[in-house]
Amino acid sequence: MLEILLDATVRAGTPILFATLGAIINERAGIINLGIEGLMLIGALAGFAGTQASGSLLVGVLAAFVAALLAGSIHAFITVQLRGNQIVSGLALTMFGIGITALFGRSMVGLTIDGFKRVAIPGLSQLPVVGKAFFNQDLLIYFSFLLVVAIAFFFYHTRWGLALRTVGENPAAADTCGVPVTLTRFLAVTIGSGIVGIGGAYLSLATTPMWIENMTAGRGWIAVALVIFASWSSYRALAGAYLFGGITAMQLRFQAMGTTVSVHILQMLPYFFTILVLVISTIRLQKGASQQPENLGQPYDREDRK
Amino acid sequence: MKLASGVKLVTEKRELSSRLFRFSAPLISIIVALFVAGFLLLAAGVNPLQAYIEIFKESLGSTYGLSETLVKTTPLIFASLGVSLAFRMQIWNIGAEGQIYMGACGATAVALFSSIESHALMITCMFLAAFLLGGLWGGVAGFLRARWQVNEVIVTLLMNYIAILGVDYLIYGPWKDPKGFNFPLTAQFSDAARLTEFFDTRFHSGFFLALFCALIMYLFMERTVWGYEIKVIGSNPKAARYAGMRTGLAIFAVLFISGAIAGIAGFSEVAGLQHRLQHGISPGYGYTAIIIAWLAKRSALGVVIVSFLMGVLLVGGDSLQLSWQLPVAFAYAFQGLILFFLLASDFFIHNRVKLVRGGHHA
Repeated sequence: MLEILLDATVRAGTPILFATLGAIINERAGIINLGIEGLMLIGALAGFAGTQASGSLLVGVLAAFVAALLAGSIHAFITVQLRGNQIVSGLALTMFGIGITALFGRSMVGLTIDGFKRVAIPGLSQLPVVGKAFFNQDLLIYFSFLLVVAIAFFFYHTRWGLALRTVGENPAAADTCGVPVTLTRFLAVTIGSGIVGIGGAYLSLATTPMWIENMTAGRGWIAVALVIFASWSSYRALAGAYLFGGITAMQLRFQAMGTTVSVHILQMLPYFFTILVLVISTIRLQKGASQQPENLGQPYDREDRK
Repeated sequence: MKLASGVKLVTEKRELSSRLFRFSAPLISIIVALFVAGFLLLAAGVNPLQAYIEIFKESLGSTYGLSETLVKTTPLIFASLGVSLAFRMQIWNIGAEGQIYMGACGATAVALFSSIESHALMITCMFLAAFLLGGLWGGVAGFLRARWQVNEVIVTLLMNYIAILGVDYLIYGPWKDPKGFNFPLTAQFSDAARLTEFFDTRFHSGFFLALFCALIMYLFMERTVWGYEIKVIGSNPKAARYAGMRTGLAIFAVLFISGAIAGIAGFSEVAGLQHRLQHGISPGYGYTAIIIAWLAKRSALGVVIVSFLMGVLLVGGDSLQLSWQLPVAFAYAFQGLILFFLLASDFFIHNRVKLVRGGHHA
């Protein structure tokens, strides 16, 4: 029972994990991206279409990455180059993503593909309780583990990671040190968006190997809230995503057991808990030293430098 | 950016561009968005020119079309007024969609479960219930923001999902019409709980209520101290605090009222149009309201005008859905494009773009 629940937790948490990681990269560079929901949908459709056309899951994942990266570059151009309002631009990106995937997804409805299969890691998958849940999964899940570690390493052990964090904390100082602020922010937004797209592709390539209009159902927004819960750290993002994976898994389990509680009430739980977690982590942030990038949401203009 | 040898594209700041450009920027954004959306339609196998002609013919070309456009304009005006009130204070209410559902829910509760027989009293009670429930939905985010600085964008947005699922729970469960052949909808309202309809169309008195609401909003923002305080808190919260304004209370009050006005849209939809509560009571009016509030630059009169324009697009879009099998959600892509171009035009209002020869900076 616990093993099944843990397994479902990891599978439900993975799309949110990718999306949260992508959002963290955006926000670490100082750019709020509320387009996550739209980017996930674009990734989901592009991933499915790519796999459908080529027969290769790898091509699908790459297509999802590139499509979301391109869509994210609209947000990057408006917020970084044109210094436009980040909240409005992000909302526009979400709406654009919902609409354009509905339009181009019409021809994909009802088609099927062979989704990601489980690949057991010899040895590790034999571990009691956690073995099956974490090491008898598909390749994208293993990739998400790697990404969590890689992003943490990138932020704290590479020069580029330091540059990216400085751009989010104090762009004027970064500029003075010769860090190209505009380029760094542009790359953070686009590459971060691409990673969000992979999260969407997980839904259409692994969770349910098909395309359904609006199949993200608010997961992108949960990811936006989890960034705050995660204090902009990739390890805590992993914890947060699995927390929500767990709530989703339990809710599905309740439904399968045929409880008398209404499906609609059960479906509210993830959203309700997200708000709860957001409130708690915001209060905690204010008590301790805030991890929030100092310049989050502020456009940078060299002429305004003091 | 390098163009040709020795010619550079540079941007420089300017105070503000001409008034003409500032006021025509929203219109230009819509036109450019129509142009770009045309290519998307073309890619999806739809002739954009035919599609656009159809949009205007269907929404404005007949009395029936015009009445349908006004029917869609009505909830848009309410929701956008609510959203724009919060925008004035730099507070983001992305939850108008959920607030519409809650308002509809409140009005329906009164219509179904009270035994009021007087039309005037029934409508008033439904209105108040919608106002309170919508206000409560916005107020939660307002309280969290005022008390602990919790991000109101995420809270209002997530509460949309809770509101829509809540309405689903009611219409699939306790409120389901026992004579409704198991469809997820409530029983029909009595005549006392219905707004007046005109000219044998679906056009109802909710529209006039919306115009009245816009007038009140205009007077409130431009002619009262509270309206002035909201603007000050929005543009300079520090100065507002020094001047002794209670910013926390104002944030709560503004999100409460913002949600309440969006809630009235829910009241107007069930009392004026649907006469019952059912799934999809709002096909995204709350999200369109965000675009309208931004396009209208937060002015009440602007809200009315832009709501009408969006009403035209929605009615036209519905007919495209029938004739070309376009998904309803395509309207979102179009609205997203409008916002992108509007943001870009803001840049050109505040900056001048010049070609410079010789590679020297101006």
